[in-house]
Amino acid sequence: MAQLLQHLINGLASGTIYALVALGYTMVYGVLKLINFAHGDVMMVGVYMGYATAFTLGRQEQKTFLGVVLIFLVAMGGCALLGFLIERFAYRPLREKPRLTSLITAIGISFTLSYGFQLDIGFLPGAAPRAFPEIIVPTEWLIIGDRDVVVWNWQVMSLLIAVGLMVGLQYLVFKTRFGRAMRAVSYDHRVAALMGIPTDRVIALTFMIGSALAAGAGLLYAIKDTSVSPLMGLYVGLKAFVAAVIGGIGHVPGAVVGALLLGLVEEFVVGYAASTWRDAVAFGILILVLLVKPGGLFGRVAAEKV
Amino acid sequence: MRRFVPMLLAALAFMVAGCEKKTQPASSDTDTSKQAAQGQGGTATAPPTPEGTPPPPAASDTLLLGVATSLTGGQATFGVSTRNGIELALKEANEAGGVKGKKLTVRVYDNQGKPEEAAQAVTRLINQDRVILILGDVASSNSLAMAEKAQAAGVPMITPSSTNPTVTEKGDFIFRVCFIDPFQGFVMAKFGRENLKLSKVAVLQDNKSAYSIGLTDVFTRKFTEMGGKITGVESYSQGDTDYRAQLTAIKKAQPEAIYVPGYYSEVGVIARQARELGLKVPLLGGDGWDSEKLYELGGTAIQGSYFSNHYSPDNPDPRIQKFVSDYKAAYGGVPDALAALAYDAANVAIDALKKAPDTSGKAIRDAIAQTKGFPGIAGAITLDEKRNAVKPAVVLKVGDGKSEYVTTVNP
Repeated sequence: MAQLLQHLINGLASGTIYALVALGYTMVYGVLKLINFAHGDVMMVGVYMGYATAFTLGRQEQKTFLGVVLIFLVAMGGCALLGFLIERFAYRPLREKPRLTSLITAIGISFTLSYGFQLDIGFLPGAAPRAFPEIIVPTEWLIIGDRDVVVWNWQVMSLLIAVGLMVGLQYLVFKTRFGRAMRAVSYDHRVAALMGIPTDRVIALTFMIGSALAAGAGLLYAIKDTSVSPLMGLYVGLKAFVAAVIGGIGHVPGAVVGALLLGLVEEFVVGYAASTWRDAVAFGILILVLLVKPGGLFGRVAAEKV
Repeated sequence: MRRFVPMLLAALAFMVAGCEKKTQPASSDTDTSKQAAQGQGGTATAPPTPEGTPPPPAASDTLLLGVATSLTGGQATFGVSTRNGIELALKEANEAGGVKGKKLTVRVYDNQGKPEEAAQAVTRLINQDRVILILGDVASSNSLAMAEKAQAAGVPMITPSSTNPTVTEKGDFIFRVCFIDPFQGFVMAKFGRENLKLSKVAVLQDNKSAYSIGLTDVFTRKFTEMGGKITGVESYSQGDTDYRAQLTAIKKAQPEAIYVPGYYSEVGVIARQARELGLKVPLLGGDGWDSEKLYELGGTAIQGSYFSNHYSPDNPDPRIQKFVSDYKAAYGGVPDALAALAYDAANVAIDALKKAPDTSGKAIRDAIAQTKGFPGIAGAITLDEKRNAVKPAVVLKVGDGKSEYVTTVNP
C-alpha cells in the first residue's frame, strides 16, 4: 500500500512536468499548426540560464525566496526572448511555405541547440552533464511510516506551480482579449488578419508564453532530477510531445491529462511490471489512443481549438 | 524578409568554412572543433583535404593513426580522457624520435556517443584519411560498430576500454588492452560476496547499453553461484533522469546493496534519488563510473559505494606516478582509467609499429598479436588468442571528490 502511494506520488511528479512542457507544444500547435520540435531544447536552454543565474548569485549560499524567484524570472524571461527570436527568424519567413518546411526547420533548430550547447567555447557549457544546484533545499514535507512514503517540499511546490500555470493559461486563452485573438488566429489566421487582429504579434506572444512555460518546467525538472545536460531537452521534449498527442494536440486540458496519464503509466509499468517495457507500454498507449480516437483523448479531428 | 534565411544560411556556411580553414594549415590533425561543428549539420562535413585527394599513405614522413571517440554526448568525459591519453603517448613517442624515422600524427573524430556515427567516422578514417591503425572507443556499443568496418577493411583496431567480449569477436584485426565484462562482473560478485559479505543484492541496469547488460549478466550468474541472492533486475534507458519508480520497486525487496553497472552520467543521479527514497545501502558498479563528474553528480549520496576499475592513480609505482604528473601537467586534472587505458593502447600500437616490418594492415596486426607482458599503466598487457588483455582489476571506494583503493582482484 505504501509502495503504491509512493509510486503515485512519483508518477504525479513527473507527470506535472511533462504537462508543463506539453502545454507549450499544444499552444504553438493550436495557433500555427506547427509541431515545434525545438520546444524541448528551449527548455534545456532555460535550465542552463537558471543554472548560470544560480551560480552568479553564489555557488554555495542558500538561495533565498527572492533568489529563487529571480532564477525563475531570468530563465523564463530569457526563454521568452529565445522563443521570440526563433519564431521571428526561423518560422515567420516560412509561414506561407508548406508546413513540412517549418517542421524540418524546427528539427534543425532543435539539433542546433542541443548539439551547439555541447561545444565548449565561450558561454556554452560543454557536453558533460552537471549537477544542478539545490536552489530549493530539499526537505521532507510528509513522511509516512518508517520512510515508507516520502513526499518532498519540491514535489508539492512543483505540483502547485504547475497547476497554477495551467489555470492561468486556461484563463488567458478563454477569458482575455488576447486569448480571443489567439483563438481567432488558430481558427484561420488570414481571416483574423482581415478582421484587424495583429496576427504576427499574437503568434510571437504565443511562442514567448510557450517558451517561458518550458523554462519554468525545465527548472522544476532540474530541481527534481538534480542534473542538467544539453541532451535533456530531446528526451523530455519527446515525452511531452507524446503526452500532448495522447490528450489531443491543440487542447490545453487534454495536454495536462495526457501528461499525467503518461507519467503515471510509466511509473506503474516500472513499479509493477517490467521496467524494460516502460517505453513500449507508453508508446503502445499512444498507438491505442490514436487508433480509437485519432484526434487524441480530447481533440476533435475536424474542429481545432487553441 | 524572405531573403533573410538564405543570408543567414550563407553566413553560417562562412562561419563553418572559417573554422575549417583555421584548422587545416595546422595539420596536426588533432582538431576537434571541426568535428564538434559537424554534429550541427551535414553541411560541415567538408573533406579534410582539398579536391578530395586522399593523403598518400606511405610517401609522407608521418604515420597517421585514427581515433573515433565520444567528444560530445552523454559520456563526453570518456572521449576527452581517451583523446588526451592517446595524444600524450604520441607526443612522448615523437619526442623520442618517432617510429621508423617518421613522426606519428593522429586524426580524431567525434562519434557523439552513437554507434551509427562511430561507424561513419571509421569509414571516413579508413577511406578518406587512409589511417594505418584505429584506436577507440570507450562504449562497447560504439566499438562494435567500429570493429565491423575496421575488420572488413583489414585495418587493425585497438579499443582501449571497451569491455564487452563481443567487440574482439568481430575478427582477427580487433584488439583490446583492458579486461572483459565477464571478469569485471566476476570481480564485483566476488568482492560483494567475500569482502562485503552481502547475501541479497538488487540490480539496476541500463538496457540501452551492451556494456551494462553484459555486466549484469555475469554478475547475477556469479553472485548466485557463490550463494548470494539477486532480488530483482530493474532497467532504465540511457538519458533517463528519473529512476524513482525502479528504486521504489527495489526498496520493497530490501536488498543489502544495489549493483548499478551504468555510466557516471546516470549513476550519480541514481544515488541521489535512492537516498531521497530512503535507500541507504551502498551501490556497486563497474569502470563506467570512472569520471570526476561522478562526485559532482552524486554528491554525498554516492560516497561509500564501490566500483571495479582498471587502475588507481594512487598506486605508488613511479611509472604510474610519472604518467599521472605528466598528464596533470598537460591537461590539468588526475587521469581517470580511460586516459590510462588510452595511453596504454596507443603505446601498444606504437610498440607494434616499431616491430612490424612494414605498415601494411597485416604486418601491424601480426605485431600487435605478439604483445606479451607489455608494461602498461593499467597493469601488464598480454594479449591472449582471443585478442583480449588478461590483467587484474582494482576495487575502489567512492569518497569525497576522489576514490580510494580498496583491493586488487586477480583473474
